[in-house]
Amino acid sequence: MNSKRKSIFKGEGFVNFSSSILAIICGLLFGFIILLVSNPSQAVNGFLMILKGGFTDGMKGVGDVLYYATPIIMTGLSVGFAFKTGLFNIGASGQFTAGAFAAVYVGIKWTFLPASIHWLVALLAAILIGALVGSVPGILKAFFNVNEVISAIMMNYIGMYIVNLLVRNYIYDPLKNQSVAVAQSAILPKAGLDKIFAGASLNIGIFIAVLCVILIYVILNKTTFGYELKACGLNPHASKYAGINEKRNVVLSMVISGALAGLGGALLYLAGSGKYLQVLDIIAPEGFSGISVALLGLSNPIGILFSGLFIGHITVGGYNMQLFDFVSEAIDIIIAAIVYCGALSLLFKTMIHKIQMKRAKKAEAKAVGTDKGKEA
Amino acid sequence: MGVLYFIIQQTMYFAIPLLIVAIGAMYSERSGVINIALEGIMVMGAFVGIFFINIFQDSISGQLLLILAVLIAGAVGGIFSLLHAFASINMKADQTISGTALNMFAPAFAIYVARMIQGSQQIPFTDTFYIAKVPVLGSIPVIGPMLFQNCYITTFIGIGIFLVAAFAIKKTRFGLRLRACGEHPGAADSVGVNVAGIRYAGVIISGVLAGIGGLVFVVPTSTNFNATVAGYGFLAIAVLIFGQWRSGKILMAAFFFGIMKTLASAYSAIPVLKSLPIPNEIYKTIPYIATLIVLIFSSKNSQAPRAEGIPYDKGSR
Repeated sequence: MNSKRKSIFKGEGFVNFSSSILAIICGLLFGFIILLVSNPSQAVNGFLMILKGGFTDGMKGVGDVLYYATPIIMTGLSVGFAFKTGLFNIGASGQFTAGAFAAVYVGIKWTFLPASIHWLVALLAAILIGALVGSVPGILKAFFNVNEVISAIMMNYIGMYIVNLLVRNYIYDPLKNQSVAVAQSAILPKAGLDKIFAGASLNIGIFIAVLCVILIYVILNKTTFGYELKACGLNPHASKYAGINEKRNVVLSMVISGALAGLGGALLYLAGSGKYLQVLDIIAPEGFSGISVALLGLSNPIGILFSGLFIGHITVGGYNMQLFDFVSEAIDIIIAAIVYCGALSLLFKTMIHKIQMKRAKKAEAKAVGTDKGKEA
Repeated sequence: MGVLYFIIQQTMYFAIPLLIVAIGAMYSERSGVINIALEGIMVMGAFVGIFFINIFQDSISGQLLLILAVLIAGAVGGIFSLLHAFASINMKADQTISGTALNMFAPAFAIYVARMIQGSQQIPFTDTFYIAKVPVLGSIPVIGPMLFQNCYITTFIGIGIFLVAAFAIKKTRFGLRLRACGEHPGAADSVGVNVAGIRYAGVIISGVLAGIGGLVFVVPTSTNFNATVAGYGFLAIAVLIFGQWRSGKILMAAFFFGIMKTLASAYSAIPVLKSLPIPNEIYKTIPYIATLIVLIFSSKNSQAPRAEGIPYDKGSR
């Protein structure tokens, strides 16, 4: 009996994995068709560039992949964590921007802090502000039944405009229309990574992201709190009936989700890679990438880590592809196609799952039948 | 009086696209399919429509060009929405995910195609559609300057669409069936209504209207298209919720948001507001903050269609 249950679980993991792979293959194929239509002579070269991604220029390329993957792993975790509680946090962009602002502000203004903890305080500030922004849709959802998708989108715009205002009033470099540079002590330590991946702007941010992946995995799978959150996601009414405070959980889930996205913003803007908060009316794209990462990773923290790396990989591939006169937005088209196929392969997944369940039931019935036969 | 006319004319530019798209969303949601892809569909419709204008503005001009562009934008929106319909009706996929995929696809596609063809992602167009004053009607006192001066033909197209759509969903056999599919698809199916067909119709109508809405939004408010409609698709969904999925209330909600948006973008032309010491960014957040506040009050007693977002499964009847 025990071994049988184990084999079903094995099968489930396999089905999840294969459905994601299927979605990726479909998305890449679609991307190839787009390349083929727009420039047939260079399509194969361009497509190979996407596939090779970070491996085109050695260790620098791999470092670049890790660098691009860091913030989207964080926003992916943010979106995925909310998904587990049955919430769609499309507001990761706003939380990301708000967190980035908090980190940059602390990084510029709070130079009275000792150099060794300056960057740490900046990260904490980002976590706090991200959590604060994330809590708004959570509270509105829990107490006023406001659809979190709409309220989170509104928060994206509100966050973007307010951050623009704050940047212009407090930390503005009018010549470049962006924030001034953060103090050297606020930039994340490199910990020797700059030597291993020479040329890439890599730092301990990737370790922090991996740490968060582990932390979220433990919270979701090994704690009562995580169990309650998942129960709320699967059936809010049943969990309410079982005595779980579902309102508190909705708010907390959004708070943690916002904190993760905010930290992601800090990790990107404190990387010391020449990235500044720009005063533009554009919503941070990292939040939307986080949605793709979470969907592709099936909201599983470990899956999110790998899908973040994969999207980082093809993003670097997209930049390299410009050598062949292609536009890097082709990558966004491919990612959108992957997400769309992912929605379809959900069906594929449940189908296989059903077949497996049927088989297991049949086998069980057979076993019971033979047992009865023996008794008679 | 001049300022009042100005505000009303500006409000039209913002409210009409919202109205068109929200009415489209109503058709989709009341048939039982959540269409969060409206933003992407608007981008797609606006992109192809503006591109059409950009190419043909030397050979055709004026209102005919605009009407043709509106038709094309609607057709593109309808075709693009088929992807969402297929995923959510045939494949029983998660409608939010499929909609999100479309939202991500549209701007990427628009930028990619624009840059591959013309090098830059912005598509400029010449505004030859502006009507300073409609003959005869524009001279009517009060109503003339409000509705028939400084306007676009799209305003009247939008009002026409609203009237037809509001009538069709309430008074026709198709409208009744559509509403039944959104409330209780099992019951509709049991009396011989083709639920999948009706839902396809609902999504396609929403796609056509969103495509038109995208173009109608860009034409009066800009002279180039930059692969964005500034969150209007999402605002339209907020209008739908605020309007409680009923056409009459949606009309009022759309104009409420239109006024908010006018305050946000044209406050510097309104003397009272210009003298206040409030920064530009705060004005820009007004429509979004207003949305949040309005949703707080209107979400508690939500009259959303019962079967909204749930794929119809014949076996569970």
